[in-house]
Amino acid sequence: MSEQKIIEIEVLRYLPESDQAPHSEIYKVPFTDDMSVLQGAQYIKDNFDGSLTFRWSCRMAICGSCGMMINGVPKLSCETFIRDYYPNRITIEALANFPIEKDLVVDLSSFIEKLEAIQPYIIPKEPRTVEQGEYIQSPAQFAEYIQYTSCINCTLCYAACPQVGLNQNFLGPAVIALAHRYNMDSRDGGQDQRMELLASMDGVYNCSAVGYCSEVCPKHVDPGNAVNVNKINAAKDYFLRFLSPKGGSK
Amino acid sequence: MDGWWKKNPYYVEYMVHESTAFFVAAYAIVLLVGLLRLSQGEAAWNGFLEALKSPLSIVVHLVFLVAIAYHAFTWFKLFPLTMPPMIVNGKRVEPGVVVGTGWTAAIVASLVLLGLVWRIAA
Repeated sequence: MSEQKIIEIEVLRYLPESDQAPHSEIYKVPFTDDMSVLQGAQYIKDNFDGSLTFRWSCRMAICGSCGMMINGVPKLSCETFIRDYYPNRITIEALANFPIEKDLVVDLSSFIEKLEAIQPYIIPKEPRTVEQGEYIQSPAQFAEYIQYTSCINCTLCYAACPQVGLNQNFLGPAVIALAHRYNMDSRDGGQDQRMELLASMDGVYNCSAVGYCSEVCPKHVDPGNAVNVNKINAAKDYFLRFLSPKGGSK
Repeated sequence: MDGWWKKNPYYVEYMVHESTAFFVAAYAIVLLVGLLRLSQGEAAWNGFLEALKSPLSIVVHLVFLVAIAYHAFTWFKLFPLTMPPMIVNGKRVEPGVVVGTGWTAAIVASLVLLGLVWRIAA
Protein backbone atom coordinates (compact mmCIF):
# COMPACT_ATOMS: atom_id res chain seq x y z
CA MET A 1 0.00 0.00 0.00
CA SER A 2 1.51 3.27 -1.09
CA GLU A 3 1.63 6.27 1.17
CA GLN A 4 -1.35 8.65 1.02
CA LYS A 5 -0.42 11.68 -1.08
CA ILE A 6 -1.38 15.12 0.20
CA ILE A 7 -1.62 18.31 -1.85
CA GLU A 8 -1.95 21.88 -0.65
CA ILE A 9 -4.92 23.69 -2.14
CA GLU A 10 -4.98 27.45 -1.65
CA VAL A 11 -8.52 28.78 -2.00
CA LEU A 12 -9.51 32.40 -2.47
CA ARG A 13 -12.28 32.82 0.10
CA TYR A 14 -14.80 35.63 0.30
CA LEU A 15 -17.75 35.65 2.67
CA PRO A 16 -19.82 38.75 1.93
CA GLU A 17 -21.35 38.77 5.45
CA SER A 18 -18.02 39.07 7.28
CA ASP A 19 -15.18 39.84 4.81
CA GLN A 20 -14.12 43.27 3.56
CA ALA A 21 -12.02 41.71 0.81
CA PRO A 22 -11.17 38.21 -0.47
CA HIS A 23 -8.42 36.34 1.39
CA SER A 24 -6.59 33.05 0.85
CA GLU A 25 -6.84 29.89 2.93
CA ILE A 26 -4.67 26.82 2.50
CA TYR A 27 -6.01 23.28 2.98
CA LYS A 28 -4.02 20.03 2.98
CA VAL A 29 -6.06 17.61 0.92
CA PRO A 30 -5.37 13.87 0.64
CA PHE A 31 -5.96 12.73 -2.94
CA THR A 32 -5.89 9.81 -5.31
CA ASP A 33 -4.73 9.96 -8.94
CA ASP A 34 -8.29 9.92 -10.29
CA MET A 35 -9.36 13.03 -8.32
CA SER A 36 -10.25 16.27 -10.09
CA VAL A 37 -9.72 19.73 -8.63
CA LEU A 38 -13.51 19.88 -8.21
CA GLN A 39 -13.32 16.76 -6.02
CA GLY A 40 -10.54 18.49 -4.08
CA ALA A 41 -12.91 21.42 -3.41
CA GLN A 42 -15.63 18.96 -2.43
CA TYR A 43 -13.21 17.26 -0.02
CA ILE A 44 -12.51 20.64 1.62
CA LYS A 45 -16.24 21.37 1.93
CA ASP A 46 -17.00 17.91 3.38
CA ASN A 47 -14.06 17.70 5.78
CA PHE A 48 -12.67 21.15 6.64
CA ASP A 49 -15.18 23.93 6.05
CA GLY A 50 -18.79 23.35 5.05
CA SER A 51 -19.21 27.04 4.21
CA LEU A 52 -16.93 26.81 1.14
CA THR A 53 -19.14 27.72 -1.81
CA PHE A 54 -18.71 26.77 -5.47
CA ARG A 55 -20.91 25.82 -8.40
CA TRP A 56 -20.89 22.36 -9.94
CA SER A 57 -23.26 19.87 -11.44
CA CYS A 58 -22.39 17.28 -14.09
CA ARG A 59 -18.73 16.44 -13.28
CA MET A 60 -18.08 15.70 -16.95
CA ALA A 61 -17.40 19.01 -18.71
CA ILE A 62 -20.84 19.49 -20.19
CA CYS A 63 -22.80 21.72 -17.75
CA GLY A 64 -20.25 24.53 -17.66
CA SER A 65 -20.80 25.35 -13.96
CA CYS A 66 -17.47 24.55 -12.31
CA GLY A 67 -15.17 27.03 -14.06
CA MET A 68 -12.54 28.63 -11.85
CA MET A 69 -9.05 30.09 -12.05
CA ILE A 70 -6.68 27.19 -11.40
CA ASN A 71 -3.15 28.55 -10.89
CA GLY A 72 -4.30 31.66 -12.77
CA VAL A 73 -5.70 29.78 -15.78
CA PRO A 74 -9.46 29.59 -16.40
CA LYS A 75 -10.42 25.88 -16.43
CA LEU A 76 -13.32 23.56 -15.72
CA SER A 77 -12.34 22.10 -12.35
CA CYS A 78 -14.10 18.79 -13.13
CA GLU A 79 -11.71 17.96 -15.97
CA THR A 80 -8.55 19.25 -14.30
CA PHE A 81 -6.68 16.64 -12.31
CA ILE A 82 -4.89 17.21 -9.00
CA ARG A 83 -2.15 14.74 -10.00
CA ASP A 84 -1.00 17.12 -12.77
CA TYR A 85 -0.06 19.76 -10.17
CA TYR A 86 1.40 17.55 -7.44
CA PRO A 87 3.72 18.11 -5.58
CA ASN A 88 3.21 21.86 -6.15
CA ARG A 89 0.42 23.82 -4.53
CA ILE A 90 -2.82 24.40 -6.44
CA THR A 91 -4.38 27.86 -6.20
CA ILE A 92 -8.06 28.14 -6.97
CA GLU A 93 -9.90 31.44 -7.32
CA ALA A 94 -13.21 32.69 -8.64
CA LEU A 95 -13.27 33.32 -12.41
CA ALA A 96 -11.48 36.56 -13.32
CA ASN A 97 -13.33 39.59 -14.77
CA PHE A 98 -16.56 38.88 -12.83
CA PRO A 99 -17.64 40.25 -9.44
CA ILE A 100 -17.32 37.62 -6.69
CA GLU A 101 -20.59 36.72 -5.02
CA LYS A 102 -19.16 34.28 -2.47
CA ASP A 103 -15.93 32.24 -2.46
CA LEU A 104 -15.67 30.67 -5.93
CA VAL A 105 -19.11 31.78 -7.09
CA VAL A 106 -19.22 34.77 -9.43
CA ASP A 107 -22.10 37.04 -10.38
CA LEU A 108 -22.95 36.11 -13.98
CA SER A 109 -25.86 38.53 -14.42
CA SER A 110 -23.93 40.79 -16.83
CA PHE A 111 -23.18 37.75 -19.03
CA ILE A 112 -26.84 36.63 -18.98
CA GLU A 113 -28.01 40.14 -19.95
CA LYS A 114 -25.58 40.25 -22.89
CA LEU A 115 -26.65 36.75 -23.96
CA GLU A 116 -30.34 37.76 -23.94
CA ALA A 117 -29.54 40.94 -25.86
CA ILE A 118 -28.16 39.12 -28.94
CA GLN A 119 -31.36 36.99 -29.20
CA PRO A 120 -29.77 33.53 -29.07
CA TYR A 121 -32.59 31.76 -30.88
CA ILE A 122 -33.79 31.37 -34.46
CA ILE A 123 -35.60 34.44 -35.76
CA PRO A 124 -37.38 32.97 -38.81
CA LYS A 125 -36.87 34.67 -42.16
CA GLU A 126 -40.62 34.54 -42.79
CA PRO A 127 -43.58 33.31 -40.74
CA ARG A 128 -44.08 29.61 -41.24
CA THR A 129 -47.04 27.37 -40.42
CA VAL A 130 -46.99 23.78 -39.17
CA GLU A 131 -48.61 22.70 -42.47
CA GLN A 132 -45.55 23.91 -44.38
CA GLY A 133 -43.56 21.16 -42.69
CA GLU A 134 -40.06 21.15 -41.34
CA TYR A 135 -37.13 23.30 -42.39
CA ILE A 136 -34.83 21.65 -44.89
CA GLN A 137 -31.13 22.12 -44.18
CA SER A 138 -28.24 20.51 -46.05
CA PRO A 139 -25.21 18.98 -44.28
CA ALA A 140 -23.13 21.86 -45.70
CA GLN A 141 -25.50 24.45 -44.16
CA PHE A 142 -25.40 22.53 -40.88
CA ALA A 143 -21.59 22.50 -40.95
CA GLU A 144 -21.59 26.32 -41.11
CA TYR A 145 -22.71 26.71 -37.47
CA ILE A 146 -22.38 23.34 -35.68
CA GLN A 147 -19.07 24.28 -34.03
CA TYR A 148 -20.62 27.28 -32.24
CA THR A 149 -23.51 25.20 -30.84
CA SER A 150 -20.99 23.45 -28.59
CA CYS A 151 -20.80 26.48 -26.27
CA ILE A 152 -21.80 25.53 -22.72
CA ASN A 153 -21.81 29.09 -21.33
CA CYS A 154 -19.02 28.25 -18.88
CA THR A 155 -17.62 31.81 -19.31
CA LEU A 156 -13.99 30.64 -19.17
CA CYS A 157 -13.46 32.82 -22.27
CA TYR A 158 -14.63 35.90 -20.32
CA ALA A 159 -12.12 35.15 -17.59
CA ALA A 160 -9.45 34.76 -20.31
CA CYS A 161 -10.25 38.00 -22.16
CA PRO A 162 -8.29 41.09 -21.05
CA GLN A 163 -10.66 43.29 -23.08
CA VAL A 164 -13.61 42.08 -20.96
CA GLY A 165 -11.54 43.12 -17.94
CA LEU A 166 -10.94 46.57 -19.43
CA ASN A 167 -14.50 47.15 -20.68
CA GLN A 168 -17.14 45.32 -18.67
CA ASN A 169 -19.75 46.21 -21.32
CA PHE A 170 -17.92 44.35 -24.12
CA LEU A 171 -20.30 41.63 -25.36
CA GLY A 172 -17.43 39.17 -25.05
CA PRO A 173 -16.38 35.95 -26.80
CA ALA A 174 -19.15 33.44 -25.96
CA VAL A 175 -22.03 35.86 -26.60
CA ILE A 176 -20.56 36.85 -29.99
CA ALA A 177 -19.94 33.16 -30.83
CA LEU A 178 -23.61 32.44 -30.07
CA ALA A 179 -24.80 35.43 -32.10
CA HIS A 180 -22.65 34.06 -34.92
CA ARG A 181 -24.12 30.59 -34.42
CA TYR A 182 -27.62 31.92 -35.22
CA ASN A 183 -26.44 34.31 -37.92
CA MET A 184 -24.85 31.37 -39.74
CA ASP A 185 -27.99 29.22 -39.51
CA SER A 186 -29.79 28.97 -42.87
CA ARG A 187 -33.17 29.09 -41.06
CA ASP A 188 -32.39 32.40 -39.36
CA GLY A 189 -33.13 35.90 -40.59
CA GLY A 190 -32.08 37.94 -37.55
CA GLN A 191 -28.66 39.10 -38.78
CA ASP A 192 -29.72 42.76 -39.09
CA GLN A 193 -31.04 42.87 -35.53
CA ARG A 194 -27.90 41.26 -34.09
CA MET A 195 -25.59 43.42 -36.22
CA GLU A 196 -26.69 46.54 -34.33
CA LEU A 197 -25.07 45.09 -31.20
CA LEU A 198 -22.13 43.35 -32.87
CA ALA A 199 -21.07 46.57 -34.61
CA SER A 200 -21.76 48.81 -31.59
CA MET A 201 -19.21 50.42 -29.25
CA ASP A 202 -19.50 47.33 -27.03
CA GLY A 203 -19.28 44.94 -29.96
CA VAL A 204 -16.61 43.08 -31.91
CA TYR A 205 -14.15 45.96 -32.26
CA ASN A 206 -13.29 45.75 -28.55
CA CYS A 207 -11.36 42.61 -29.47
CA SER A 208 -7.63 43.06 -30.07
CA ALA A 209 -7.11 39.43 -31.16
CA VAL A 210 -5.31 38.20 -28.06
CA GLY A 211 -6.82 34.79 -28.85
CA TYR A 212 -6.68 33.41 -25.30
CA CYS A 213 -10.47 32.87 -25.33
CA SER A 214 -10.14 30.18 -28.00
CA GLU A 215 -7.17 28.70 -26.16
CA VAL A 216 -9.09 28.10 -22.91
CA CYS A 217 -12.41 27.04 -24.49
CA PRO A 218 -13.09 23.49 -23.22
CA LYS A 219 -15.47 22.74 -26.14
CA HIS A 220 -13.29 23.98 -29.04
CA VAL A 221 -15.88 26.56 -30.06
CA ASP A 222 -13.12 28.96 -31.15
CA PRO A 223 -15.05 32.07 -30.02
CA GLY A 224 -12.10 34.26 -31.06
CA ASN A 225 -12.69 33.29 -34.68
CA ALA A 226 -16.42 34.16 -34.41
CA VAL A 227 -15.47 37.59 -33.02
CA ASN A 228 -12.91 38.30 -35.73
CA VAL A 229 -15.08 37.06 -38.60
CA ASN A 230 -17.74 39.49 -37.38
CA LYS A 231 -15.29 42.39 -37.60
CA ILE A 232 -15.26 41.67 -41.34
CA ASN A 233 -19.07 41.25 -41.37
CA ALA A 234 -19.56 44.53 -39.48
CA ALA A 235 -17.29 46.38 -41.91
CA LYS A 236 -19.12 44.87 -44.91
CA ASP A 237 -22.44 45.79 -43.34
CA TYR A 238 -21.31 49.38 -42.81
CA PHE A 239 -20.24 49.87 -46.44
CA LEU A 240 -23.21 48.01 -47.92
CA ARG A 241 -25.54 50.10 -45.76
CA PHE A 242 -23.76 53.14 -47.15
CA LEU A 243 -24.41 51.94 -50.71
CA SER A 244 -28.01 50.81 -50.23
CA PRO A 245 -30.22 52.51 -47.62
CA LYS A 246 -32.00 49.21 -46.86
CA GLY A 247 -28.77 47.79 -45.45
CA GLY A 248 -27.04 44.68 -46.58
CA SER A 249 -25.88 42.55 -43.66
CA LYS A 250 -25.72 39.16 -45.28
CA MET B 1 -6.43 46.12 -14.52
CA ASP B 2 -3.00 47.78 -14.17
CA GLY B 3 -0.28 45.37 -15.25
CA TRP B 4 -2.87 42.80 -16.39
CA TRP B 5 -0.53 41.49 -19.08
CA LYS B 6 2.06 40.35 -16.54
CA LYS B 7 -0.35 37.86 -14.99
CA ASN B 8 -0.16 35.20 -17.67
CA PRO B 9 2.65 34.08 -20.04
CA TYR B 10 0.10 34.09 -22.87
CA TYR B 11 -0.55 37.82 -22.32
CA VAL B 12 3.19 38.55 -22.08
CA GLU B 13 3.74 36.91 -25.48
CA TYR B 14 0.80 38.94 -26.85
CA MET B 15 2.40 42.19 -25.65
CA VAL B 16 5.79 41.17 -27.09
CA HIS B 17 4.40 40.35 -30.54
CA GLU B 18 2.22 43.48 -30.58
CA SER B 19 5.21 45.67 -29.62
CA THR B 20 7.28 44.30 -32.53
CA ALA B 21 4.90 46.38 -34.71
CA PHE B 22 6.95 49.42 -33.60
CA PHE B 23 9.95 47.94 -35.44
CA VAL B 24 7.86 47.59 -38.58
CA ALA B 25 6.91 51.28 -38.26
CA ALA B 26 10.54 52.28 -37.57
CA TYR B 27 11.73 50.47 -40.71
CA ALA B 28 9.00 52.16 -42.75
CA ILE B 29 10.36 55.51 -41.52
CA VAL B 30 13.90 54.52 -42.63
CA LEU B 31 12.54 53.76 -46.12
CA LEU B 32 10.62 57.07 -46.18
CA VAL B 33 13.78 58.97 -45.21
CA GLY B 34 15.51 57.23 -48.13
CA LEU B 35 12.76 58.39 -50.47
CA LEU B 36 13.08 61.95 -49.15
CA ARG B 37 16.87 61.90 -49.66
CA LEU B 38 16.38 60.58 -53.20
CA SER B 39 14.12 63.53 -54.00
CA GLN B 40 16.87 65.91 -52.76
CA GLY B 41 19.35 64.89 -55.45
CA GLU B 42 22.29 62.62 -56.03
CA ALA B 43 24.54 63.89 -53.21
CA ALA B 44 21.78 63.48 -50.60
CA TRP B 45 20.97 59.98 -51.89
CA ASN B 46 24.64 58.89 -51.84
CA GLY B 47 24.90 60.24 -48.29
CA PHE B 48 21.91 58.11 -47.29
CA LEU B 49 23.51 55.02 -48.88
CA GLU B 50 26.76 55.73 -46.99
CA ALA B 51 24.85 56.10 -43.72
CA LEU B 52 23.22 52.68 -44.30
CA LYS B 53 26.69 51.10 -44.50
CA SER B 54 27.77 52.28 -41.04
CA PRO B 55 28.23 49.54 -38.38
CA LEU B 56 25.48 51.09 -36.23
CA SER B 57 23.07 51.01 -39.16
CA ILE B 58 23.91 47.34 -39.85
CA VAL B 59 23.31 46.38 -36.21
CA VAL B 60 20.01 48.32 -36.17
CA HIS B 61 18.92 46.62 -39.40
CA LEU B 62 19.72 43.19 -37.96
CA VAL B 63 17.56 44.04 -34.94
CA PHE B 64 14.80 45.16 -37.36
CA LEU B 65 15.13 41.89 -39.27
CA VAL B 66 14.72 39.75 -36.15
CA ALA B 67 11.82 41.82 -34.76
CA ILE B 68 9.98 41.94 -38.09
CA ALA B 69 10.53 38.21 -38.70
CA TYR B 70 9.00 37.52 -35.26
CA HIS B 71 6.15 39.90 -36.06
CA ALA B 72 5.54 38.04 -39.33
CA PHE B 73 5.67 34.69 -37.52
CA THR B 74 2.96 35.75 -35.03
CA TRP B 75 0.97 37.48 -37.80
CA PHE B 76 0.68 34.20 -39.71
CA LYS B 77 0.00 32.31 -36.49
CA LEU B 78 -3.08 34.51 -35.96
CA PHE B 79 -4.50 33.75 -39.43
CA PRO B 80 -6.73 30.86 -38.31
CA LEU B 81 -8.12 33.10 -35.53
CA THR B 82 -8.87 36.12 -37.68
CA MET B 83 -9.83 34.67 -41.08
CA PRO B 84 -13.25 33.29 -41.99
CA PRO B 85 -13.13 29.47 -42.08
CA MET B 86 -12.35 28.24 -45.61
CA ILE B 87 -14.27 25.28 -46.97
CA VAL B 88 -12.62 23.35 -49.81
CA ASN B 89 -14.42 20.30 -51.25
CA GLY B 90 -16.84 20.32 -48.32
CA LYS B 91 -14.03 20.19 -45.75
CA ARG B 92 -12.71 22.95 -43.54
CA VAL B 93 -9.09 23.83 -44.29
CA GLU B 94 -6.93 22.93 -41.27
CA PRO B 95 -5.33 25.83 -39.33
CA GLY B 96 -1.84 24.44 -40.07
CA VAL B 97 -2.51 24.56 -43.83
CA VAL B 98 -3.72 28.19 -43.56
CA VAL B 99 -0.55 29.22 -41.68
CA GLY B 100 1.66 27.22 -44.08
CA THR B 101 0.06 28.84 -47.15
CA GLY B 102 0.64 32.29 -45.64
CA TRP B 103 4.32 31.48 -45.05
CA THR B 104 4.76 30.04 -48.55
CA ALA B 105 3.23 33.15 -50.13
CA ALA B 106 5.46 35.42 -48.02
CA ILE B 107 8.64 33.49 -48.84
CA VAL B 108 7.83 33.35 -52.58
CA ALA B 109 7.03 37.10 -52.62
CA SER B 110 10.27 37.90 -50.74
CA LEU B 111 12.36 35.79 -53.15
CA VAL B 112 10.74 37.37 -56.23
CA LEU B 113 11.41 40.85 -54.79
CA LEU B 114 14.99 39.93 -53.95
CA GLY B 115 15.50 38.56 -57.47
CA LEU B 116 14.09 41.73 -59.05
CA VAL B 117 16.27 44.03 -56.92
CA TRP B 118 19.30 41.82 -57.68
CA ARG B 119 18.71 42.14 -61.46
CA ILE B 120 18.22 45.90 -61.25
CA ALA B 121 21.40 46.28 -59.19
CA ALA B 122 23.44 44.05 -61.52
